[in-house]
Amino acid sequence: MTIMSEPAGLGRFGEYGGRFVPESLVPACEQVEAAFREAWVDAGFRAELHELLTVYAGRPTPITPARRLSAELGLTLLLKREDLAHTGSHKINNVLGQALLARRMGKRRLLAETGAGQHGVAAATASALLGLECVVYMGERDVARQAPNVRRMRMLGARIVPVGTGSRTLKDATNEALRGWVADTAEAYYCIGSVMGPHPYPWMVREFQSVIGTEARAQVETVPDLVVACVGGGSNAAGTFTGFADTTARLVGVEAAGGAAMTNGTPGVLHGYHSMVLQDENGQITEAESIAAGLDYPGIGPEHAHLGAIGRVGYATVGDAEVVEAVHRLARTEGIIPALESAHALAWIIREAGELAGQTVLMTLSGRGDKDMEMFE
Amino acid sequence: MIFTDKSTKKLVPYVTGGIVDGWADYVCAFADNGADAIEIGLPFSDPMLDGPTIQEASDRALANGTTLDGILRDLSKISVEVPLIVMTYANLAVRAGFCDRLAEAGIRGLIVPDAPLDEVGPIRDAANAAGLDLIPLAAPSTTADRRREITASAQGFVYAVTVLGTTGERDALDPAANALASSLRALTDLPVLLGFGVSTPEHAAAAVRDADGVVVASALMRRLMDGAGPDALGAVVGNIRKAI
Ligand SMILES: Cc1ncc(COP(=O)(O)O)c(C=O)c1O
Repeated sequence: MTIMSEPAGLGRFGEYGGRFVPESLVPACEQVEAAFREAWVDAGFRAELHELLTVYAGRPTPITPARRLSAELGLTLLLKREDLAHTGSHKINNVLGQALLARRMGKRRLLAETGAGQHGVAAATASALLGLECVVYMGERDVARQAPNVRRMRMLGARIVPVGTGSRTLKDATNEALRGWVADTAEAYYCIGSVMGPHPYPWMVREFQSVIGTEARAQVETVPDLVVACVGGGSNAAGTFTGFADTTARLVGVEAAGGAAMTNGTPGVLHGYHSMVLQDENGQITEAESIAAGLDYPGIGPEHAHLGAIGRVGYATVGDAEVVEAVHRLARTEGIIPALESAHALAWIIREAGELAGQTVLMTLSGRGDKDMEMFE
Repeated sequence: MIFTDKSTKKLVPYVTGGIVDGWADYVCAFADNGADAIEIGLPFSDPMLDGPTIQEASDRALANGTTLDGILRDLSKISVEVPLIVMTYANLAVRAGFCDRLAEAGIRGLIVPDAPLDEVGPIRDAANAAGLDLIPLAAPSTTADRRREITASAQGFVYAVTVLGTTGERDALDPAANALASSLRALTDLPVLLGFGVSTPEHAAAAVRDADGVVVASALMRRLMDGAGPDALGAVVGNIRKAI
């Protein structure tokens, strides 16, 4: 059996996953699952998605050998360039799939939560492309720190709902998106931005992101020693790992030190799924705290909890200062400004370079850093 | 058994545990003004199914340092005759020993809004082992098959959700509410109570034309947060009692 296969039962990856939603949302989740199962084996749907990924999103994205940085680090670093996909991150892969599904289901409106704004921008983009309305829920703190993306979403015609409760970041935006969906299941489709949420989302989003890993596996001549990706909810990492889970490559997911659900979390239930979550001794979810809005999330996709539990993927953390340094380093050595989220993977590679001498390392560069420029002023 | 018979209409008011110091006085006031059972919210940081009023109530309670221990300690200092039921989210309900602690404190039932029929099994087992009833929810969108399964495994009462939406006051009772209550009543001998958005005595009166009772939460919590004391809020409960 392959390691990253279809979840068992009601979305179980080992003991993690599930569908912890109110009864009122169960039928909506069941409809999404039925529609996805049908679409995913429909050659017509696959062809239409492939077409959009190719002529619209710019896939396949290249693999760039980071020559100067590799020489400095004493290893061979290959970058899977999701920053070059339309809208500037891997989020578009998932959103095009889900938006096509929403249209196929006859929905008029996409609801999306967003942290860094990359998923929101991707959702707004796909909505414009397919003629759907788009409502994006975003924590007030993120609205302030990711202003360029807020402007992009508005230009694309999306309505932004700032969320002022709790930590005013991605966690609270997700709560509010779920509340919005409960009240609007007939016309709205909830387009979740990562491998989280109730079944079938963790599985479906991984399937839509598996294009990263499938392409990369075909693009590398030999299986790399190591495959590394940053982990917020875990979608770019999960998509990447699908291409390598059944190879000899070592797999590493890098979390933000302030939002490290795998490293510092305990099992719990958040946003409709059972996984590792950051919580206090009373079971209250604690607030993540990272310079990268897209990693400021106290949970992690259930499949990651499983891959960690069975030891197939190792999870590490890096802190804000190393990340900022990694952004500068890639900019100066390769002429690529990565997103703060993506720079987490790079920061870990830089830190571990001594151990990795001579190895071939494939890193998913999940997005570009334009949205973060204000953070560097 | 939370309710011994269905001959009278049931009134279940709600209070968020720990929302203010002395919050347990509201429990006593509700009991003194005709409540048949009282629902106590154990606040959770991420209340997915709650609208702005209960969200704010939960935030305030957590900001006050409210914990399960504290709530149970406060309850141990009062004595009320009516059954107490705890409402909280799955992340708290799945914690080891949770149901045992509720039962030791005399709690009689548990409501977990984000644990649907397919996921509630382990929680129900733990609740039953501790001697608690696990009260399920059903919504207007719940299919006929699920309504049958939910009522078949229900304990205590069936909590019928009036709307596709979150908790919170509404101007009118959704017409779907009474239809849902009727359909559930046809499937079970347990009482069927309507909740979510039951905001006025008029709503309550309309609800019990087809339901066995009502749960009232946001309308009470808004007044509490606006400063209403136990006597004033008890009077509001009393007015709803009269209406049903
Ligand atoms: C560029 C980029 N990378 C990574 C992430 C984290 O998401 P995930 O872990 O699902 O890939 C985000 C989220 O906003 C992002 O914008």
